[in-house]
This record gives sequence, C-alpha cells and structure tokens, in this order.
Amino acid sequence: MTDSTAPRPPTGDHQVPLELQVNGRTARLSADIRTTLLDALRDGLGLTGSKKGCDRGQCGACTVHVDGRRVLSCLTLAVGAQGKQVTTIEGVAEGDRLSPVQQAFLDHDGFQCGFCTPGQIMSAICAIRDGDTGSDAAVREAMSGNICRCGAYEGILRAVRSAAERTARQEGTG
Amino acid sequence: MRPFDYAAPRTVEEALAQHADGAAYLAGGTSLVDLMKLDVARPHRVVDVNSLPLHGVTTDERGLHLSALERLGDLARHPAVADGHPVLRQALLASASPQLRNMATIGGNLLQRTRCGYFRDTAAACNKREPGSGCAARTGDNRGHAVLGAGPSCVATHPSDPAVALSALDALLELHGADGVREVPLNSFYRLPGETPQTETVLRPGELITRVTVPPLPGADRSVYVKVRDRRSYEFALVSAAVAVDLHDGEVRGVRIALGGVAPRPWRAHAAEQALTGREFTRANALEAAAAAADGAEPLSGNAFKIELVRRTVGHALTRLGGR
Ligand SMILES: Cc1cc2nc3c(=O)[nH]c(=O)nc-3n(C[C@H](O)[C@H](O)[C@H](O)COP(=O)(O)OP(=O)(O)OC[C@H]3O[C@@H](n4cnc5c(N)ncnc54)[C@H](O)[C@@H]3O)c2cc1C
Repeated sequence: MTDSTAPRPPTGDHQVPLELQVNGRTARLSADIRTTLLDALRDGLGLTGSKKGCDRGQCGACTVHVDGRRVLSCLTLAVGAQGKQVTTIEGVAEGDRLSPVQQAFLDHDGFQCGFCTPGQIMSAICAIRDGDTGSDAAVREAMSGNICRCGAYEGILRAVRSAAERTARQEGTG
Repeated sequence: MRPFDYAAPRTVEEALAQHADGAAYLAGGTSLVDLMKLDVARPHRVVDVNSLPLHGVTTDERGLHLSALERLGDLARHPAVADGHPVLRQALLASASPQLRNMATIGGNLLQRTRCGYFRDTAAACNKREPGSGCAARTGDNRGHAVLGAGPSCVATHPSDPAVALSALDALLELHGADGVREVPLNSFYRLPGETPQTETVLRPGELITRVTVPPLPGADRSVYVKVRDRRSYEFALVSAAVAVDLHDGEVRGVRIALGGVAPRPWRAHAAEQALTGREFTRANALEAAAAAADGAEPLSGNAFKIELVRRTVGHALTRLGGR
C-alpha cells in the first residue's frame, strides 16, 4: 500500500477492516474500500436513519455530524472517517426523550413524508449551535443544503426558529 | 466506482512519494468522490491528504496565507479573512452549502472539475473526459456554458467561486512537487482549453497545492462578490463578479475585476479595468467600464444572455462599492 511504483488497477478482494466511532460506541465491520460513510452506517451497521436521497452530495438527506460538524456522509469515504466521532439521527435523543430540535419538528409539522427529516434535523442542530438562525432569512440560508421534495419548508422554518429560540432562552437563563 | 488502493500519508514528502500515474489526491472528496461514483474519475490509488500538516491561517508582510486543507466554512469565519477581504469571505459563503463548506478544502476547491452535464455523463461526447470524442455541449444544452476563453474542443466553465475572488486579489499558489517548491500566480495557474481541454492547470503530475497566499493589495478592503444564479442559495453561478477598487480622493487608482461562470477559468476583465483606472469613481464611469466587461465574448446557441448579464453584474458590483 505504501510502495511508490505505479499502481495497477487493484484486483481481487477489496475488503478492509473498519473501526468507526458512531453515537459514542465503537463499531467494527469489514467493508469494501469504496464504501461511503453513508453505506457503512446503513448497510454495515443497520443505522438506516441517515437517508440516501441523491447519493451525489446535492440533497442533504445523508447529513451526519463528524467531530461535531455537519457533513454529507454520501461523499465521505468510510475509511477516512475512522478515528472521528460520528453522530447520526439515532444518536441525538436521550433515551426516549427527543432532542429539542426533533420535538420542534413534530410540534411544527416540519415534514410531510419524512424522508429528508433526519438530514434536516442533523443540519438544524448545527445551524442553531453556530448561531446562524436569528431570522427567517438566516434560517433559509443556513438550511439551504437540505432539500425537501414535499415542500414542507414553512414548517421546517418554524421548527428551526422555535428550537433556536428555545435554546437561546435556556442558555439565557443558564 | 472502481476499486482503488488507499493510502493516508502524514507528511508532504510521503504524499508525493505515494502519488503515481493513475493516482488522485483526496481532500474533502466533494468533487473527487462524486466523479468516482459517476465513473468519470477512475483513480487506481487514492492518496488521502487529510492527515498532512496543511492547516491554519497566518498573516505576515507577504500577506494572508491559507493552508491548502483549510475548509471553506472555517475560512469564511476566520477573522483574518473577513478583515480586509470582503470579496473572499462573500465568495466563500456563496459556495455550495454549509455541509459542503465543512468538507471542501480551499486546495480542492481550486481543482474541482467542471459541472458540465456532458462531462459528468460517460455516455456523452466530451473532449475533456475522453480526448478526441467531441463536445456535446457545443450543439447541446449550453445555457450554463462559457462565453469567454472557450474553444472548439470545449465550452465548459470553471465552477469555483473562491477562485474568482482569489483571481481579483492576485493570489499566489504554493506548489510542492518532486522537484521542490514553486509559487505560481493563480492568474497563470489555469490553462485555456485549446486542443487539450483535459489539462486544466499548469500543475505537474503529483504536485500538491500546499498554500494559497493573498498578497497585501491596496483596495482589497473595498471589494465585493456578486453571484447571479437560478436560485438564491446553493447553486452554481450563471455569472459572478469579484471586484476590488483602490480609491484615492474619489479617483480610481486601480481596479480588479474577475468573472466567474463565463469562462474555463476565472476571467479577468482587463478592458473594463483599464476603462475605469485613473477616472473619477462615478456611477456613469462605472457603468461605462462595466459595458466593456464582456469584451471578446462569443455566445453559444443557448447563452447569449450571459453577455448582458456580465455587464450588469459588474455594473452592480461597482455601484455597490460606491461608484455614484
Ligand atoms: C452540490 C454541490 C454544490 C456545489 N456548489 C458550489 C458552489 O456554489 N461554488 C463552489 O465554488 N463550489 C461548489 N461546489 C464544489 C465544491 O466547493 C468543491 O467540490 C470543493 O471545494 C472541492 O474541494 P474538496 O476538498 O472536496 O476536493 P476533492 O474532491 O478532495 O478534490 C478535488 C480535486 O482536487 C485534487 N486535490 C485536492 N486537494 C489537493 C491539493 N492540496 N493539491 C493537489 N490536488 C488536490 C483532487 O485530487 C481532486 O482532483 C459544489 C459541490 C457540490 C457537490
């Protein structure tokens, strides 16, 4: 793997052992070197909350957090995500208690079919934390990487603003 | 996607040694992995550069230095970028989406491949992807394609926003190769397609971009990035303009105008720059200069609108900077 002679197209077995840190746990699996983080999560670990929409980095349905930052798992190679903390939609609730952003999506009808919702919520958590949600226009811009084909944007907007305001109030009162 | 060997070197020297014919460096992966899935990029070996020590933003007397692995989102938030280079900050924030900006590196951004639909479709003729196969865009759907600098072989545009801002700022690229380190101005880094549209830059095989330097430039603080696109956010430019004006007592001492979305590389509008230099910064003079911004443009069947859009975008940018 580290020789400097010109590589030929590899043949045969491309399985590699992977060790991923997902939602606070260590997960070991064997996967093809080409596996994206999204496929490793869904097919390797059974965490099907992260969705495969376009699989080309255009729709945002596969959004997860890597080391606390929102990224697209469909354009991330699983092999490169080793040693980093991955959080998926399955890891944001505390037991049966939904996270404030999840609850806000329920309260404000922030979805119709629900397919884009895990990505929307993972994205919104970071947008709120980064303070990019102070106005309707700011939320629209901060959430522009998450497409909703049902067009539930008005509900999503209300959900994100309400969760952001709640977070601000909680922080304000300590 | 085709199988590949994978290596994750920790030093620049190791990375250069591990790169070989048919290999590709992997940074944020937002262009490369996408193209590998489409079977447009077919590297035999992927050299993941994310563990290289190419992080950080510094300033010294030579200017503002951006290490190649810095992510677009981090750069947009960095005080040294925001302070004194509005055009760069605005171009970074107008790029892609927050998720993509957390992944995409500045080095990779400058080397991302075109978004031409025929380049991305292995069933179509494309001289850039498959030299000698023809150009389906010339007679096809070319609304988004180039009106400047293109040739019979290829009419694709370069999709980067940051590159346009860096062109206006006369940025320098530090390149590391087997033969050592060299510095190349961004404005001589990109090649026009000519007969070899597959070769997009002067980067030598295996060479790494290690750093981008923005030299101190009078007028960099009076600068703006205007991006016109089909939707307000998360879309590539139809036309964009990066403009920086060096004003002295109401007179334009120097002006830099770079265009995006209209050419195979960031395009400096020299005629418009010359038309405004040495003149009073009035709205009338600004619009007169902007009228020259598309000089030399040649429309394709579907994109003549871009020529007028260039003029108006540049005019808008100049008036935003105070030409009244
Ligand atoms: C849906 C979508 C929308 C987008 N919208 C925009 C937009 O509006 N504006 C915009 O500017 N961009 C946009 N992009 C493109 C995105 O910004 C680029 O894909 C990204 O900046 C590339 O950087 P990367 O680190 O991910 O590069 P990679 O994909 O890792 O690499 C890209 C290329 O550069 C090479 N490379 C990477 N780093 C180096 C280095 N240091 N030295 C030498 N070679 C290197 C790789 O081998 C590869 O050929 C969009 C992308 C997507 C998917």
